[in-house]
Amino acid sequence: MSTTVVEAWTERPLVRFVAQSSARIVVVMTPAGQVLAQHGFTRAVDLMSASALGAAIMASSGALAQQVGEAGFGALYHAGQRHGIHLAGCDTPRGRLIVLTVFGKETSIGLVQLFHDEFVTALRQAAPAMEERKPILAADFESELNKSLSSLFRR
Amino acid sequence: MTDRLSRSLDRISRVRGVRGSMFVAAEDGIMVVQLLMEGVNGRAVAAFAASLARKVSGAAAATGAGKVRFIQMAAEGGTLLVAQAPPELLVVAVADPGVNVGLARLEMMRAAEGAAR
Repeated sequence: MSTTVVEAWTERPLVRFVAQSSARIVVVMTPAGQVLAQHGFTRAVDLMSASALGAAIMASSGALAQQVGEAGFGALYHAGQRHGIHLAGCDTPRGRLIVLTVFGKETSIGLVQLFHDEFVTALRQAAPAMEERKPILAADFESELNKSLSSLFRR
Repeated sequence: MTDRLSRSLDRISRVRGVRGSMFVAAEDGIMVVQLLMEGVNGRAVAAFAASLARKVSGAAAATGAGKVRFIQMAAEGGTLLVAQAPPELLVVAVADPGVNVGLARLEMMRAAEGAAR
């Protein structure tokens, strides 16, 4: 399984997190679903759908949290028969990020949570300050998306 | 249930040298009930103890040793004790290197039996 990154500063923390937690899949993305780094995916279409779904889950759970008077939920954990899914947001100098982790029976949610905290600390330390946002244009969006996919899957 | 588990932990923690004890969800590696001295990282202990128990159980099964009931890991700075509390829990204790393991084990096995009831 390979680790690929769009933004180089995410690589070392991600590689370490994967090694420590024994996670099968990890995606680091923005709340909009833009992927910054990933481990475990081999097909772009799978990665893009997972990141879109992860971002959507975080958005909808955030809205639900607001409805019950919470600022937001810290993390979400889904326990499946063969896989567990851990989804959590974190604030970094690069802006808010979402980390999606999929793990199997060879590890546990306890270990994933433990090393996730270390991963977030490492991301915060490595993250560059957020650049000023530019207006998003349709043409830019497509070229940015293609650039990201090229970086992630070396096309 | 939680009161009963807490009382069991209280008895384990009275053994001289025990720094803390907890019930851990065996599959998840998450604390269920805990009684820890300050400075003991309960989350880390729970996660690693569950991982250790899983790996030791795998090794025991591979060698035909059968079910693991108790694990003792002695290190330079301390001792980690893990007892299986079927079907889903582990009793975990963190102790000083010189702890009376026999006494701690006795209380841990009692706690495991109590949790299974």
